[in-house]
Amino acid sequence: MRQQELEKAKEYKYGFTTDIESIKAPKGLNEKVIKFISKIKKEPKWMLDWRLKAFDRLKSLKEPNWQKPKYPKINYQDLYYYSAPKSAKDKPKSLDEVDPKLLETYAKLGIPLKEQEKLSGVAVDAVFDSVSVATTFKDKLTEKGIIFCPISEAIQKHPKLVKKYLGSVIPINDHYFATLNSAVFTDGSFVYIPEGVRCPMELSTYFRINASETGQFERTLIIADKGSYVSYLEGCTAPMRDENQLHAANVELVALDDAEIKYSTVQNWYPGDKDGKGGIYNFVTKRGACRGKNSKISWTQVETGSAITWKYPSCILQGDNSVGEFYSIAITNNHQKADTGTKMIHLGKNTKSKIISKGISAGYADNTYRGLVDINKKATNARNYTQCDSLLMGNKCGAHTVPYIKNKNCSSIVEHEATTSKINEEQLYYCNQRGLNQEEAVGLIVNGFCKEVLQQLPMEFAVEAQKLVGISLEGSVG
Amino acid sequence: MLEIKNLVASVNKKSILKGLNLTIKPGELHAIMGPNGSGKSTLANVLSGKDGYEVSGEINYKGENLKNISVDVRAQKGIFLAFQYPLEIPGVNTNIFLKTSLNSILKSKGENEIDTLAFLKLVKEKSSELGIDEKILSRQLNVGFSGGEKKKNEILQMKILDPTLAILDETDSGLDIDALKIVAKGVNSSRNNKKSFLVITHYQRLLEYIKPDFVHVLSDGKIIKTGCGELAEELEKTGYKKLN
Repeated sequence: MRQQELEKAKEYKYGFTTDIESIKAPKGLNEKVIKFISKIKKEPKWMLDWRLKAFDRLKSLKEPNWQKPKYPKINYQDLYYYSAPKSAKDKPKSLDEVDPKLLETYAKLGIPLKEQEKLSGVAVDAVFDSVSVATTFKDKLTEKGIIFCPISEAIQKHPKLVKKYLGSVIPINDHYFATLNSAVFTDGSFVYIPEGVRCPMELSTYFRINASETGQFERTLIIADKGSYVSYLEGCTAPMRDENQLHAANVELVALDDAEIKYSTVQNWYPGDKDGKGGIYNFVTKRGACRGKNSKISWTQVETGSAITWKYPSCILQGDNSVGEFYSIAITNNHQKADTGTKMIHLGKNTKSKIISKGISAGYADNTYRGLVDINKKATNARNYTQCDSLLMGNKCGAHTVPYIKNKNCSSIVEHEATTSKINEEQLYYCNQRGLNQEEAVGLIVNGFCKEVLQQLPMEFAVEAQKLVGISLEGSVG
Repeated sequence: MLEIKNLVASVNKKSILKGLNLTIKPGELHAIMGPNGSGKSTLANVLSGKDGYEVSGEINYKGENLKNISVDVRAQKGIFLAFQYPLEIPGVNTNIFLKTSLNSILKSKGENEIDTLAFLKLVKEKSSELGIDEKILSRQLNVGFSGGEKKKNEILQMKILDPTLAILDETDSGLDIDALKIVAKGVNSSRNNKKSFLVITHYQRLLEYIKPDFVHVLSDGKIIKTGCGELAEELEKTGYKKLN
C-alpha cells in the first residue's frame, strides 16, 4: 500500500466498503419511489397510504434552519431512497445463508455474529443497507413472547401493534426530517415486550451505511408493555466516502405503566476527513413517551462520528411518577459539528428528569448542548436536574450551552449546572510522566471526564465506547 | 546513570538553574537540599522533560543525551518523578491508571503486557509490603485523597513501576511520622546497585530514615556544597544562610 493510502486508512479505521451488488430505486423523491419501496417491502395498503400521507404533508414543510451547524443545501431529488444487498431478496433463514462478504464486513467491524451469538448473549438484528439480513436468538425471545424483528416484517406480521403505535410519538406531521422518514423509511427494528416480561438479554442492532449516495431512513419502534423491561443497544460505523450522506432516522419508544426502556447508542459514522470534507449528516429524531404511570425511559448516547450530529433524544413524561433520563457524550474533532441535547416534557405529576451532558471539542470543531425542560401546568412536584460539562482542547474549537427552561408549575424544582474547562496541561504531564503518550493520556483524562455517562452503558458497549473516546481524539493535542 | 553538565534552565526569560553539575552513579542515593526558590523543583521537572523551560547544557542518562526526548519516553526509559503535588484526575480509577502506565512501560521495552489478575497480585504485594491500604487504589486517582495519601500513592506507584532513576520532589513535605516511614521504606526496599535516587527535601528529618550517599546544597540555581550525610545534620543546625 502506498504511504498515503496507509495514512488514510489509519484516519478512519472503519472506512471500507464491501462490493455487494445493490438493488436501487431510481434517484429522486416522488410517489413512484415511495410506491416502489412499499411494493418491494410487500407492504399492506394502509402502510402505503400512511407513507403517501406523510409525503403529502412533506410538500408543505420546510427544512428547519435554527440549528447552529449549517450545511450545504441538500438536493433531495438527487438521492437514492432505496438500496438493498442483492442476497436479501431471498431472506436467509440462518447465519449460514448470509452472504459471506457481509459476514466478513461484520468481522472487520469486530462484530463476529457467529461468535457473538455464542459468547455475548446479544441478539443482533443486523441492518445492512436498509434490509435486515440476520436475526439471532429469535427462538429464545419468542419463548417469552418478545417480538424483535425488522420493522418491515412487523408491518406484515403484527399490523395491529404497528398501526397502534407507529407515529404515536413522532406524528407524521412532525418536522421536516421526521416526516421525510415517515414517507420513505426503509427498515429498522421493531421490539415489543409483553406485559410483565423482563427481556433476558440486551437487544442490539448495528446500523451501517454502505451504498454511495443513499440516504438512510431507518425507523425503529419499541414498545414496553405494562411492567416490562428492555435494554436496547444501537451502534454504528460507516465506510469512508467523499459524498455527504444524509441519515434521518426516527426512533419511537413507548413505555406503558411501570415499564422501563433503556436505549443506548454508540454512534461512530464517518466524520469527514481532517479538512472537513465528506462525512455523514446525522439528523435523527428520537423520542420516547412515558405513557404509563411509574414508567421510565433512559437515553444514553456516545456520539463520536458524523460531520454534523443534530439530534435531541427526548422524553414525554405523561404518566404520573414517570422518569426520563438523558446521558450524553458528544465528541467533536477536526471540523465536526454537533448540536445535540434533549427535551424533557413534564406533563404528569411527580415526574422526574435527569440530564447529564458531556461535550468534548477539539481541533476546529463546534459542540452545542441544546436542551429543553418544559414543565406543564399540571405537572405538580416535577423535578429536573441538569448538568452540562464542556471540555475544550486547543483554542480553535467551540463549546456552547443553550438550555431552555419553561416552568408553568410553581411546585416544581429545576436545577441547572454547567461548567466549561480546558484540558489541564498538568494532568497531561502527570500521565506522561507515568509513561503514557499524549494520546493515551488524553484518552484516559477524557474517559474520566465522561465517566458518569460511560457507566450508564451496558457492559457490551462500555469497553468499545471507552476505546472510541480515545480514538476519536487522536491527534487533537500536541 | 545520570550526568548533568552545566545545566541552565529558565522560565519566561527568568533563569532558575544557572549552571548545575551533578553525577549520580548506579546504586547511589543523592539528596538535594536548599532554601525555597533555589530551583529544586525546576531541577526535578527539567529532568523529567517537562515543557515550558528553556534548557541548555547536557543531561545524559545511561549514556544517552536526553535532549529532545519527551516526558513519556523518558518515563518509559525508567525515570520516575514522585510529584510534590500529585494531580487529581477525576473519573479515572487509580488501579486502571497504574495498570495502563505499567503496560505502556512494559510495551516500550518489548515485553508482554501484564494481565489484570497478575497486576492485582502485584499491587497487593507491594501495598502490603509498604503497609498502604490498597483500598486507595480503587478510588479515583488522587481525588479526595489527603496530602499523606497522595504521597503514599506516589511511592506505591514508584514501587510498581520499578524505575531505574527515581526522583522524589519533596515527597516528605507535610507528612506525619508514620507516612514518612512508609516513604522511607519504599525507597530503602528499592535500593540496589542498579538503581539510583535523587531525593529533594527541605528537611533533614527524612534523611534520618533514608541514608544518602551524598548531600548537595542547591542555592540560586547552583550546587554550592556537597558532602555526605553529616552535611544534612549540620544544615539543620545552622540553616542555609551561613553557606552563602
